[in-house]
Amino acid sequence: MTYPDSYKYTKQHEWVLVEGSNAVVGITDHAQHELGDIVFVELPKVGSHATKGHAFGSVESVKAVSDIYAPVSGEITAVNDLLSKSPEKLNEDAHGEAWLIKVKLSSPDEINELMNAADYQKYVGAES
Amino acid sequence: MPETTELKRTPLFDTHCSCAAKMVDFGGWNMPVQYSGIIQEHNAVRTGVGVFDVSHMGEIEIRGPEAEKLVNHVSTNNASKLKVGQAHYSGLLYEHGGFVDDILVHKVSGNEFFLCVNASNQEKDFEHIRSQNRFDADVVFASERYAQIAVQGPKALETVQKLTDTDLKLIKYYWFTDGQVAGVPARIAHTGYTGEDGFELYVAPESAKHVWGAVLEAGEEFNIRPCGLGARNTLRLEAKMALYGHEIDASINPFEADLAWIVKMEKGDFVGRAALEKVQQQGVTRKLVGFEMRERGIGRDGYEVMIDGKPSGWITSGGPAPTLNKNIGLCYLPVGKAVPGQSIQVMIRNTPVKAETVPTPFYKRAK
Repeated sequence: MTYPDSYKYTKQHEWVLVEGSNAVVGITDHAQHELGDIVFVELPKVGSHATKGHAFGSVESVKAVSDIYAPVSGEITAVNDLLSKSPEKLNEDAHGEAWLIKVKLSSPDEINELMNAADYQKYVGAES
Repeated sequence: MPETTELKRTPLFDTHCSCAAKMVDFGGWNMPVQYSGIIQEHNAVRTGVGVFDVSHMGEIEIRGPEAEKLVNHVSTNNASKLKVGQAHYSGLLYEHGGFVDDILVHKVSGNEFFLCVNASNQEKDFEHIRSQNRFDADVVFASERYAQIAVQGPKALETVQKLTDTDLKLIKYYWFTDGQVAGVPARIAHTGYTGEDGFELYVAPESAKHVWGAVLEAGEEFNIRPCGLGARNTLRLEAKMALYGHEIDASINPFEADLAWIVKMEKGDFVGRAALEKVQQQGVTRKLVGFEMRERGIGRDGYEVMIDGKPSGWITSGGPAPTLNKNIGLCYLPVGKAVPGQSIQVMIRNTPVKAETVPTPFYKRAK
């Protein structure tokens, strides 16, 4: 598994890619692997607000439900419609095509509290 | 269970770990929940063949001149109807009519019965049966003498047939025979917990790895897959087979669980019969029924079920059904509502999501 250097990571296994004042959020490859076959993704409405550390949606595998926590705060400007039809894409491309939401950052500094790729890799290595 | 307690392992534990199965704590047992993926494993069993390590299951032997009397006394089905070599599904009940466990009863000979019981209930079942034993019969805890390997799917027969001289076509469904599989002694039972055709092989623990390997090799041409408890659960749910701790437990009687067919009141007295008689007179108040989600969302074990906004029941098992491509489940509802066609709402994270009761089983194999 490779974790892009341009992404930041949370202990709950979400990733964030910041581009200016906007961010793309997803779950990590480690997370999708742990969940197994993903069959359902619940995402918030565009225009609603994400608050760092709070659940904004959920991912369900055959076996279990897992909440997804916002790694950053801000207005949700887009949700990935692909996942309502093809939730299994999360198993195939969690770091790319199967992103979850886009957020307009309200507190850009929050990003500094997240892990970089090397730290996250160490973190999941220790966890498993 | 305290965290310091060592999880129990089946004789195949090393095999599972070496092929990178995902392991979980299942009622105190360290068991494979999946190998390649639950959906893939599920589909292998529906279309080809899959093999499961179910060595955690318990075995209890009842022997002696009055073995049949004891079995009939502690279980709901009529053991006197069994022929030698035949098996049936049955219930162990408390005096109050709730389930101690659900079990398979095999008649080995006129004075010997072989019970297959749930892993996490085995000690409790053994004590229960012993406490009820006022017959000329011995109750023997035999779990450590058996590993169990389930070979399930439309290609199960062809797979196991390669490994045995016993003509498997002659073993009818829910019959069994003692023979050899892959050169070692095995009890070959034409039973299963998947809704598919298949065999459950009881072998000595020291033979488990050998038989497991032989089955995988024999099934290679049918793309056999090792399957975990995850697929076992989705398969049994589609077939509407009960799981102890979900559809049934000490607070549920067989009539509520839609298991009247394993209760033979006419056979005479048995533990729980008096309570069941009362239930029959008064009627049950709640009953198990199947449902399908009608809106986006997955009803899962323990979720509350509403009817017209009123709390009315709970889901015992729920989740995606890979064969049907639907989200299904079983739930308890007030008896008048527990019929197909009832609109219900499943509370998913405080939001009511529409579902409807449906006939079961959800899946039935073509004969």
